[in-house]
Amino acid sequence: MTPVQSPRRSLLTVDARTRRRNAAETRFRAYGIIAVSLAMLALAVLLYSVFSNGISAFRQTFIVMDITLDSAALDPTGQRDPAAMAKVTTIGYGKQIEAALVHALEAKGISSAEISAKDVSALISKESPAQLRNIVLANPALLGSTIHFRGYANARIDGYFKGRVSMESAVRDSNISPAQLQLADKMRATGLMEVGFNWGFLTGPDASELRPEAAGLGVAILGSLYMMLIVLVLALPIGVAASIYLEEFAPQNRWTDLIEVNIANLAAVPSIVFGILGLALFINFAGLPQSAPVVGALVLTLITLPRIIIPARASLKSVPPSIRDAALAVGASKMQTVLHHVLPLAMPGILTGLIIGLAQALGETAPLLLIGMVAFVRDFPAAPPEGFFDPASALPVQVYNWTQRADPAFAERASGAIIVLLVFLLVINSVAIVLRRRFERRW
Amino acid sequence: MNTMQKVENALADSEIKIGARGVQVYYGTNHALKDVDVDIADKTVTAFIGPSGCGKSTFLRCLNRMNDTIVGCRVEGQITLDGEDIYAPTVDPVQLRARVGMVFQKPNPFPKSIFENVAYGPRIHGLARGRAELDEIVEKSLRRAALWDEVKDRLTAPGTGLSGGQQQRLCIARAIATAPEVLLMDEPASALDPIATAQIEELIDELRSAFSVVIVTHSMQQAARVSQKTAFFHLGSLVEFGETGQIFTNPQDPRTESYITGRIG
Ligand SMILES: Nc1ncnc2c1ncn2[C@@H]1O[C@H](COP(=O)(O)OP(=O)(O)OP(=O)(O)O)[C@@H](O)[C@H]1O
Ligand SMILES: [Mg+2]
Repeated sequence: MTPVQSPRRSLLTVDARTRRRNAAETRFRAYGIIAVSLAMLALAVLLYSVFSNGISAFRQTFIVMDITLDSAALDPTGQRDPAAMAKVTTIGYGKQIEAALVHALEAKGISSAEISAKDVSALISKESPAQLRNIVLANPALLGSTIHFRGYANARIDGYFKGRVSMESAVRDSNISPAQLQLADKMRATGLMEVGFNWGFLTGPDASELRPEAAGLGVAILGSLYMMLIVLVLALPIGVAASIYLEEFAPQNRWTDLIEVNIANLAAVPSIVFGILGLALFINFAGLPQSAPVVGALVLTLITLPRIIIPARASLKSVPPSIRDAALAVGASKMQTVLHHVLPLAMPGILTGLIIGLAQALGETAPLLLIGMVAFVRDFPAAPPEGFFDPASALPVQVYNWTQRADPAFAERASGAIIVLLVFLLVINSVAIVLRRRFERRW
Repeated sequence: MNTMQKVENALADSEIKIGARGVQVYYGTNHALKDVDVDIADKTVTAFIGPSGCGKSTFLRCLNRMNDTIVGCRVEGQITLDGEDIYAPTVDPVQLRARVGMVFQKPNPFPKSIFENVAYGPRIHGLARGRAELDEIVEKSLRRAALWDEVKDRLTAPGTGLSGGQQQRLCIARAIATAPEVLLMDEPASALDPIATAQIEELIDELRSAFSVVIVTHSMQQAARVSQKTAFFHLGSLVEFGETGQIFTNPQDPRTESYITGRIG
């Protein structure tokens, strides 16, 4: 019996079966490209909306003028005694600024006859008197001299130069009139007003509802920084130690299974639940202060730990067992095996998990609301470690806070704060990539 | 050749290094090793042969308690090193493994430099006082493992960058660097070319002067060349154990005979 001869086929023509397989492969690639494109598109839209709304928060309109500080008004006793000088409130300083502005307008030949004096002074931020007062109290020797003063302009004026406020909208706006805007145009043309980079947005504290132009992220950035510091110091050693124990030392029994299930569940628990826990445990029970970075950090540590432990265990598990055998067989102890061989190999994965956990903690909002970090905080927390117990804000909470406020200037600031948050996340993730590259080894 | 070996064996037989009595190994419910009695003499090469899956590696791992690391593995019976029960509750397996070294079936160098691979054992056991002494141990170990000439110019290169056969010799160098009393080798030559195999066999023969070597091999010729004693395992049981010459020329058990003549395996 001769074997069945299959017809000889040419390699140069593609048969139907191969064609079908190739078509399936092409379709599969197309799905992938579509999915990636959609994701990129969503990202682009998100970034565009955040940046187009927020980038202007980094620029601000300032009023620039010379102010002659009247010693009689600002230091009635004439003793240059700080305690006595502090009795003069911002109202007194406000009068100085108004007078200086009228004087500057006259000097530039700008007539403000058709506008009331009150409307002229409304061009200046309500923050400026406080700013001037701080300058003088810090240096009483300035009294009597003429200083160069650069203060915020009112948020509506700022909005006008950024295109948020127009002549038409001013007609309907009780806070600003077209005449004021025309005056602002003239002031800008003569150099009494300028638009420049706004360091105050990054370094200043939050400001009240009425003065969005002065609102800054300083306290929030510091609060977030403090919290990340504590989370890092607590979560890294605890998380890594727990992972190593569970993965390398713990006996395999029902208890470890139970712990494993619980850790997986904890990672999935909504973060607001941790906020409630933190409120009950750290504030009500332990009596720690509200709004303090230390409480926020403790809650964030609880949230972050399972998120660190799970990838850390996975990367410990992915170290080939043959490496452990090799170390044990030359007489290394369990501890030496882990520290000398397993941990270095697992380090890139552990660090990646840690940093992703930190990045998530940085953006966590809900639990912080519950422990009172949403409070309006104008005072900077002190330097650590005491500062950990001072009230502070946090970046994501500041975003939330500003989106709640009525003035549209705060919407711009909220987007600006998101940009700052994104930059921080970008830095953290870059560090993750650099660390992973440095630790990565092949075996 | 045979008579010479017999004379040597008679000399070496005098002292028992490792004694195993009634060893049973279970992986969960799988009874992998059944009632094994073996005496491994000092300064002797003992070969374990047998078909795949018969329990050679399992028994080898019992001798330095590497089975402790396998979840669900249970060892019963008694194994002694110099007359002391190595499974006694007071025995620290770490101390045991410093005296009973092992080379694995699959090369497993550390993902570190060649130097570090060899130096690691001596370092953790404090065998070298100072860098010069450590260098000396590393060089001596690499020379004995027939690897020195190939790597002496790149000791800082990663051990994992070597070829499979070189990696296996690196693992051998690493094992002998800690100066064990017993060296367990699980198919050390399965990834080596004939030249490197010959060098390793030479090394094994040389090592015999200092300590006892147990080698698992699938090569009958290799067992015959390097060992003085041979144990034949089949389906988890020790079928026959005796002088290598006798096992290969005059096996007592029909299963041994079938295996070495190539009828079962
Ligand atoms: N880690 C383990 N877990 C469960 N069963 C195992 C394990 N290691 C080995 N076994 C089982 O034990 C028996 C003996 O295996 P062992 O590895 O000792 O065989 P071997 O003689 O070394 O074979 P080979 O020559 O192929 O290496 C086999 O049936 C195997 O399935
Ligand atoms: Mg084996």
